[in-house]
Amino acid sequence: MKYTVQIVGVGGQGVLLASMVLGNAAMEMGFQVAMSEVHGMAQRGGSVLSTLRFGDEVISPLEAVGNADMIMGFEPSETCRNIHLANEDSVILMNLDPVLPSMVAAGFEEYPEVSDLVDSVKAVNNHLVTIDATSLAIKAGKAVAANAVMIGAVAALDGFPIPKDVLKDVLGKQVPEKFRELNLNAFEMGYEAAKN
Amino acid sequence: MSNLLTDGGKQLLLGNEAIVRGLLESGTGFASTYPGTPSSEIGNILEKISSDAGLYFEFSTNEKVAFEVSAAAASAGVRSFTFMKHVGLNVAADPMMTLAYSGVRGGMLILSADDPSAHSSQNEQDNRYYSTLALLPMMEPSTPQEAKDMVAEAYRVSEELTLPLIYRTTTRVNHARGVVNLSDRVQPVAKGHFDKDVVRFVNVPANARINRKRLLEIYAKAAQMSEESPLNFIEGDGDIGIITSGVSYTYVKEFVKGVSILKLGFTNPLPEKKIASFVQGKKAVIVVEELEPFVEDQVLRICAQNHIGVSVYGKRTGHLPRAWEFSPDTLSGIRDIVQVEEFAKPLPASTVKLPSRPPTLCAGCPHRGLFGATKKAVGSKDVVYCSDIGCYTLGVQPPFNAADFIICMGGGAGAAGGFDQSTDQKAIAFMGDSTFFHSGVPPLVNALFNNHKIVMVILDNRTTAMTGHQPNPGTGRDFGGVTTDAIDIEQLVRGVGAKFVETVDPYDVKRTTQVMKDAIAYDGVAVVISKCPCPLELKKRKMLEAKRCVVHPEGCIKCYTCLKTVACPAIIKGKDGSVSTDPTQCIGCGMCANVCPKKTIEVIR
Repeated sequence: MKYTVQIVGVGGQGVLLASMVLGNAAMEMGFQVAMSEVHGMAQRGGSVLSTLRFGDEVISPLEAVGNADMIMGFEPSETCRNIHLANEDSVILMNLDPVLPSMVAAGFEEYPEVSDLVDSVKAVNNHLVTIDATSLAIKAGKAVAANAVMIGAVAALDGFPIPKDVLKDVLGKQVPEKFRELNLNAFEMGYEAAKN
Repeated sequence: MSNLLTDGGKQLLLGNEAIVRGLLESGTGFASTYPGTPSSEIGNILEKISSDAGLYFEFSTNEKVAFEVSAAAASAGVRSFTFMKHVGLNVAADPMMTLAYSGVRGGMLILSADDPSAHSSQNEQDNRYYSTLALLPMMEPSTPQEAKDMVAEAYRVSEELTLPLIYRTTTRVNHARGVVNLSDRVQPVAKGHFDKDVVRFVNVPANARINRKRLLEIYAKAAQMSEESPLNFIEGDGDIGIITSGVSYTYVKEFVKGVSILKLGFTNPLPEKKIASFVQGKKAVIVVEELEPFVEDQVLRICAQNHIGVSVYGKRTGHLPRAWEFSPDTLSGIRDIVQVEEFAKPLPASTVKLPSRPPTLCAGCPHRGLFGATKKAVGSKDVVYCSDIGCYTLGVQPPFNAADFIICMGGGAGAAGGFDQSTDQKAIAFMGDSTFFHSGVPPLVNALFNNHKIVMVILDNRTTAMTGHQPNPGTGRDFGGVTTDAIDIEQLVRGVGAKFVETVDPYDVKRTTQVMKDAIAYDGVAVVISKCPCPLELKKRKMLEAKRCVVHPEGCIKCYTCLKTVACPAIIKGKDGSVSTDPTQCIGCGMCANVCPKKTIEVIR
């Protein structure tokens, strides 16, 4: 068994924290783990990609284009930008909440309709799961818990090899004590939203 | 998260964390760096833990000094570690070339973190050539586990040879993460004694000639150690052989089937006999390595010298690329020679037009104010913007377009002097506070000495921001039990004789514009210090005041001066043309309010 998740988003969205939670959970399961992260520019609002691979015999920190089992998309346009990392059988999780690039905010470029982004993925892949992670996180108590919502959603996706309770347990250990309850609630909300 | 001071067990570690753990398991007593991606995290971790770990660590003013302090420690018998990004080793190459002649007593590792694909660098030079240039032994780990384990072996070899050793990594080793099994820590020895030996440590010509011979003799011994090293090993069977090292090994190991692999960890000097016997009788040999054909060319030479007629495939035959880092996809280049795992067919690129998302100066970044003011002050004048290495490099993007020439750390101010002398264009140099201390003082002195009429802007954001907020001489030091005063940039600049020196607050865009106008008109060297702390750093230290800017729509005439001047990502232009601010991004710096001609933007606390 080998499994690859390509985690994509924007610097500051918690992509690295999410990849750490999934990676530590994979280690708990006794899998070999190989990950690759983008550091440095990540704080400066650019696109961020983190690769997580785990399984019985895994050593390469990078995956071939198209070979991802899952895309964990923290942002709709970033999910589409990295869609070539997936194939027609990949599971694609897409947060519907856009983060506007600076050139869009300043009115120099346009952000596409989110529904067009969703349709463009559906046209080539039948395993798209969309989620409104940010509004669920706000419901759970804080917008920054969106990555806990996303991790909960991952636990509900078809074929993901790490059980829900292991993920939840690792998440609980990795967030600060005073935000634990909030993050675990957000996790459950993400799980329920993606299950249906 | 990771705890590098723990005993035993296994952890999911970043390559750079694993390297730090390797130092702790080797009794390293002394470490020094100038920050540079992809090696930066090593310094950030050592800043936090060096006291508890019992080793001395410093951020040196540049890589050359970092190299020299570690060279001295190792000469006094203390195990030392100096680390830097690949281009940093260019700065440190001068002491390295001669330290090789003297050698060391305690082990010394020189970590060179190369950056294939130039993820966060100005070039992708292959520093393996430094090992053959300096005649120094070199090792290259492939995974986080190896990145830790190889440190101890590297020290052992360095001490046996009495030579510093180049520990060469690449981005996909430094920034890979994997499960790492820990061993026991070894108590560091942080103090030694320098026993004098004039012939060895004083390389006047007569001694240098002796030491050159000595180095060649040691290098021959290094070649023998490489032959016997457990880091160079053979895996698998097959009549096709692959020779590989570094992260490329992981791609070969996981995705190529039915071959025999010679995995090289001790990569200079190469184990020539081992290579000769490996290639002997093979149907074909492929060398899989990133960047230049460093190993490949030596394999070709070894084959020729040993009269071995095997076909060697790689970069010289066009099967593998020289530019950019490898990935599993790169192996498609050798599919007609060996069996490479089939990969799924990728989905086509999105049919929707996506907005660009390059890294950008942050909301409320003081550099925005300085660049906005500079553009206004320059107007239609013919200027050359000589920029440098740091966050302010991002001034190259619209609407600022404030970078015309960038080569290296400190290079902008030097080049500005050249442009001033050789053209009739006004040269404006931008440089950060950390860069100023790194290599900005000599070009300033040079401009004064040779009467180059340049404007030198020092963007003093009170930290080394781009690499993750390390302290620098301008901030003073306060970690590891050492506290020092900040060095005042303005005093230093005045001290070397600059007459036009102005310190401005870049959030006051209007005043900054006036000062920049005066600086450009000044007939001599004009130094402008744009002083304002990095908001990200303040946020980290929980020192950022809670403020935000609010646009009162009734007063807004939609002139967009705010957007055009500071172009802050927290200013949003709506589809109806209205202007507002994004409360999740705005930090209330007030730059937009400062430039608003109708005074309709308010800073509220």
